[in-house]
Amino acid sequence: MPDHIVTAFTDELEHLSANLLRMGGLAESMIMDASRAVATFDLELARDVIKRDRSIDELEVEAERAIIRLIALRHPMAGDLRAVLGAMKLAGDIERIGDLCKNIAKRCLELNGDENRAAVKGIERMSRAVSHQLQMALDCYLRQDIEAAKTVLDMDDDIDDHYTSLFRETLTYMMEDPRQIGSNTHLIFMAKNLERIGDHATNIAKAVYYMVTGEATTGAKVESRLSGDEGEQR
Amino acid sequence: MDGNMEHFTQTKSSARADTASAPIKVDCQNIDVYYGDKQAIEDISLQIEDRSVTAFIGPSGCGKSTFLRCINRMNDTIESAKVTGKIFMDGANINDPAIDPVLLRSRVGMVFQKPNPFPKSIYDNIAYGPRIHGLASGKAEMDEVVENSLRKAGLWEEVKDRLLAPGTGLSGGQQQRLCIARAIAVSPEVILMDEPCSALDPIATAKIEELIDELRERYCIVIVTHSMQQAARVSQKTAFFHLGKLIEYGDTERIFTNPEHGRTQDYITGRFG
Ligand SMILES: Nc1ncnc2c1ncn2[C@@H]1O[C@H](COP(=O)(O)OP(=O)(O)OP(=O)(O)O)[C@@H](O)[C@H]1O
Ligand SMILES: [Mg+2]
Repeated sequence: MPDHIVTAFTDELEHLSANLLRMGGLAESMIMDASRAVATFDLELARDVIKRDRSIDELEVEAERAIIRLIALRHPMAGDLRAVLGAMKLAGDIERIGDLCKNIAKRCLELNGDENRAAVKGIERMSRAVSHQLQMALDCYLRQDIEAAKTVLDMDDDIDDHYTSLFRETLTYMMEDPRQIGSNTHLIFMAKNLERIGDHATNIAKAVYYMVTGEATTGAKVESRLSGDEGEQR
Repeated sequence: MDGNMEHFTQTKSSARADTASAPIKVDCQNIDVYYGDKQAIEDISLQIEDRSVTAFIGPSGCGKSTFLRCINRMNDTIESAKVTGKIFMDGANINDPAIDPVLLRSRVGMVFQKPNPFPKSIYDNIAYGPRIHGLASGKAEMDEVVENSLRKAGLWEEVKDRLLAPGTGLSGGQQQRLCIARAIAVSPEVILMDEPCSALDPIATAKIEELIDELRERYCIVIVTHSMQQAARVSQKTAFFHLGKLIEYGDTERIFTNPEHGRTQDYITGRFG
């Protein structure tokens, strides 16, 4: 696409997307580190993840300011308008991912280090899948690639399956040994957080799809997923 | 109207409107305009809906004013201009030599970029047209026409105490609303506006836009504007012109969120085309 006649406009849009990618990169590493903290019972690392959430929050505030300025001063239209609205969504989703990672790290501080290995391994596996999904989502934002965006949407099913099996497994442990209920509940919430992070990565892919095509992704699949989700929580 | 639609879809360079909701008021078919040897409009077909606002946008010199002037045959008054093609208004071809252009212009009012009140009183500015076309018999009836027109143009409250003062003594925004009142006074069916707000401040502009929105209930309105925001705010359909051609025509909302053509996108987002 050709550049804007007002070059500052192009610069501002580029700056905004660089900012979001930086935020996204931070979130990605927070996912991996939070789960590593759980797996290795590394409380230092957990505290570090908690601290890092603040940088994401600050970047979100900065992105929001840039977005308001763009809307007020540049009156973005058509593709630009969609880029700005999409950026707003991305910023919100990434910020939430940061919060969820922070919550995982906080729960890590409540563990005692002798949790059942299978569940911890499950968390690790899930976090790998989720951070990969987020990485793909950010990548499709960078390249404005709707084919990749569709792949990201498909990945969500896998993550939901991960979650469901981890949930069942952990439940079994809890029934066998009630003393483990406390720490296992934390693990279940961690897994739930990871599953939510997956949803946010999916949102990012949807936002990219909208930015590029001007059309929303069809909601049928998303809806059925949501109703299944509610069933599990009960 | 069905017949027109059929023809429309068969026309090769016609642009398709997204939603065909309102009935068509003005049906332009294969319009070419030449100034001497220079072609200013190339084979444009466009259907303009009744009771709605259609915006013409496009870079300077792309032919917006020229095309607008076809609709009330104002190009007839330009010596070098030659117009071919058909324009149907309610089914009748306005380019038919049998049509009286003066009468046509009473059906198709026009408001220009620069407010151009006659050097007469506010009252006479409005009364002039109805008088020529014999639309009011007697003083009382004319008073009513004048008041109604000024009210519709949102100017009555501001000028009712000085109707005999010269129209040229009003502020720019008031003059523009006076010109709109003048255009309305002859009960036109179509109102053409060529950059009506380009000389106005944001408040006067907002008043005119509010007025346009009200007039839409009764008239078919076409507005040329260089303000993308204005086009987006006031119109239901938008036509994008480029180098004498109609590039894209459709629902305003779609044009400004998701235009089909790269050129439209480049223009409205302020990019080098
Ligand atoms: N009276 C005229 N005689 C000769 N050429 C003309 C005349 N009026 C317009 N043109 C030419 O026709 C082309 C279209 O002009 P037109 O005024 O319709 O453009 P426009 O889209 O209204 O531009 P703007 O946004 O600057 O008002 C231009 O190249 C212009 O120079
Ligand atoms: Mg013009």
